[in-house]
Amino acid sequence: MKATVHVTLKNGVLDPQGKAVRNALGALGFDGVKGVRQGKFIELDLVETDPATARENLDAMCRQLLANTVIENYSIEILE
Amino acid sequence: MKAAVIVFPGSNCDRDVKVALEQSIGGPVSMVWHRDTDLPPVDLIVIPGGFSYGDYLRSGAMGAHSPIMKEVAARARRGVPVLGICNGFQILTEAGLLPGVLMPNAGLKFVCKDVYLRIGQANTVFTRLYRPDQVIRLPIAHHDGNYFADAETCKALEDEGRIAMRYCSPDGEITEDANPNGSLGNIAGVLSANRTVLGLMPHPERLAEAALGGADGRAMFDGLVEALAA
Repeated sequence: MKATVHVTLKNGVLDPQGKAVRNALGALGFDGVKGVRQGKFIELDLVETDPATARENLDAMCRQLLANTVIENYSIEILE
Repeated sequence: MKAAVIVFPGSNCDRDVKVALEQSIGGPVSMVWHRDTDLPPVDLIVIPGGFSYGDYLRSGAMGAHSPIMKEVAARARRGVPVLGICNGFQILTEAGLLPGVLMPNAGLKFVCKDVYLRIGQANTVFTRLYRPDQVIRLPIAHHDGNYFADAETCKALEDEGRIAMRYCSPDGEITEDANPNGSLGNIAGVLSANRTVLGLMPHPERLAEAALGGADGRAMFDGLVEALAA
């Protein structure tokens, strides 16, 4: 079973990289970009076949390693 | 006094801190590989600077889960002093032994230079030979030293006297200009609630003898020896 995890910065946490990307886009002439927030996309290939158990495991993985919940949010998607 | 330095793949200040500690202790310091699970009986544990696991995922995130860290956490809970320098500070926050997180520098650049620091808390085994509000000079060398914690945590750190030192101007003013990386409140080092765990971004081991161009870091190691030598 495949799953994906998106890790994003919490609202209110400054994202200097996102800001630099936005400025670079502006320099390329894309001036309609109001803001950029950069995050991480993680793809996992799991042995588990039960979606509920997989989600539970992924939640623990996110809390313990994949995200730092002091500054980051995460969302989990199970792909059948 | 016995001390151990934990060595991770990618640590690069492990030998520097060993030399600085041995100078103050006058005896050998053990080096412990991160895959080990037992730690000799020691009075001090040091997590050195470097780039453990190449900063994969987040600085310190992998190192925080190395096998030895379970034992480091257990010793810390028993009150054994733990000192985390630079990457060591990042590892201690990721391991939950210190609050907050070290984000990429606000200027997005690696910063390598000497900075001035004002001692915020001198009543600890690490800072006892400094005076409160003393200004010292130490080098920093990091990409991810931008300290962040939520407002509630910051207030607790402030109220409980757990901010060990802050970036300041040469005359001790806490200004935005003196902040090299965007850290909240110019925070350069924080303490655990019982003040036996210290994480700091500056490198005391890199200015611990006159031949290195300064010795402001030496008082940290001398103070530890004074406090911990049986």
